[in-house]
Amino acid sequence: MSGFDELYQDIIMDHYRRPRGRADLSHIPEDRVMENPTCGDSIKLEVQKDGEGRIVEIRHQGQGCAISTASASLMTEFARGMSGEEARAAAARFVAALRGDSSLDELDAMGDLAALRGVAGLPVRVKCATLPWHALIRALEAEA
Amino acid sequence: MGGDAMSAFPTVVPAEPDIVTLRSEFPILSREINGHPLAYLDNAATSQKPRSVIEAVDAFYTSHNANIHRSLHSLGEEATADWEGARKKVARFIGAATTEEIVFTRGTTESINLVASSWGDAFLREGDLILLTLMEHHSNIVPWQLAAARRGARLAYIAIEEDGSLDLEAVERGWDPRTRIVCATHMSNVLGTINDLRRLADIAHSHGALLLADAAQSVPHMGIDVGALGCDFLAFSGHKMYAPMGIGVLWGREALLEAMPPYMGGGDMIRSVGLESSTWNELPWKFEAGTPDVGGAVGLSAAIDFIETIGWDYIGRRESALGRLALETLEAVPGLRVHGRAQGRGAVFSFSFEDIHPHDIAQFLDREGIAVRAGHHCAQPLMRHLGVPATARASLAFWNEEAEVRRLGEALEGARRFYL
Repeated sequence: MSGFDELYQDIIMDHYRRPRGRADLSHIPEDRVMENPTCGDSIKLEVQKDGEGRIVEIRHQGQGCAISTASASLMTEFARGMSGEEARAAAARFVAALRGDSSLDELDAMGDLAALRGVAGLPVRVKCATLPWHALIRALEAEA
Repeated sequence: MGGDAMSAFPTVVPAEPDIVTLRSEFPILSREINGHPLAYLDNAATSQKPRSVIEAVDAFYTSHNANIHRSLHSLGEEATADWEGARKKVARFIGAATTEEIVFTRGTTESINLVASSWGDAFLREGDLILLTLMEHHSNIVPWQLAAARRGARLAYIAIEEDGSLDLEAVERGWDPRTRIVCATHMSNVLGTINDLRRLADIAHSHGALLLADAAQSVPHMGIDVGALGCDFLAFSGHKMYAPMGIGVLWGREALLEAMPPYMGGGDMIRSVGLESSTWNELPWKFEAGTPDVGGAVGLSAAIDFIETIGWDYIGRRESALGRLALETLEAVPGLRVHGRAQGRGAVFSFSFEDIHPHDIAQFLDREGIAVRAGHHCAQPLMRHLGVPATARASLAFWNEEAEVRRLGEALEGARRFYL
């Protein structure tokens, strides 16, 4: 599989074309937007939890490429049912694996997120894939 | 003399450089990317390096390497001659009045920071105005924001017309008497607009203000004469004009540079150092603290030779023709919008699809071996003005081929089919 094909797998293209959790978040102030300094992309997040503090949905809105859009969509599905602390730990694991701070094999235990493996060899694109996750970490830390 | 006698002979026309030979001067063009021959359309980000430049740098480190201005031995003399020889060549290349007006830096960014710090801290007063343009690169915005914050000065921006040119009428109409310096790019790295700096200089000078010209984008594409341009400072980088990364130039009028305090302290920039204070070296060394990039300057000197061998006439004709083809090709792609339509624009084309992100476009083009830039191009105020977070950008050089431009058009059609 070529680098391009590994990057834009069907599962990524599916989440890009039909992003789960995408919502109108115009009620969230602009100063809470998370930006990617290399490309000007931005994302806003809202974490919705149930009575027991478990994540029901992570809603997101932003301007981004297929990779960052798909990553946000996959994140919503992945974090559903987790506590804030579990989601924060998972986000940290995901970011570390993509940045090469830990083994990429970590992704194999993270379900569909393994589809983002192809990003790891492309340092410029790592920032696209991790942007929503940095935003999640910040949102959960703001709550804590 | 002898005009009649000579007319019997055919006029000698210098041979047109042939494109295949020209391209063979760039070793990197033999690379394949993802199974395709490299189509390098990212010249505005950095130029590729011709063999003569690579060999000149190699020869410096192989045969002449020594520290300059201090090592009293044969190699030291050779290296110093290389460094100062490069300065002379740059001075001639841009029409500087004296070699003292040429300060070597790491690049355009450092050149502008030098002026914003040194001139800015010495001459800006509270309430003074620094006039920029909306199409500046961050390197000609942020140093001025920092200077303005230190000095209590204000910033204002020259607006951009629909076609991507500067609204110079508005500059004249709305001139603020506290304006001390105008800082403008000679050629936009996003819109391709070539600004009428002569007119801007005349406006600024008629009010006693200065003009700093960012020539990073223009210097590989057109002959620059600082006298004709009328600016007071000119900044550019070697790496966009076929020289290595890490060497750049600040040109300033001698009287201005003379009146400015040093930018960085260290070796080579002093006359004498006491325990409490020091005195400064003469121009241009006052602004060149520390061991500089001598190999880079040797490369810059070779790059000037390379450009002059090819000649501005050929470079201008080739880039105009390629630019026309690129504009036609891009306009033929359904749904694609090209940013910037100013008269006489350079061969730099930023473009967007409504529903495809520039990253995804660039990644698809890379699959086809085509290198373009995607992002905000260090011009976020301009991106906001255009109403886009980012664009993709193809930028051409005289050695590009028509076939490469056509490949770009075909690949963009392919990207559209893939993502939409």
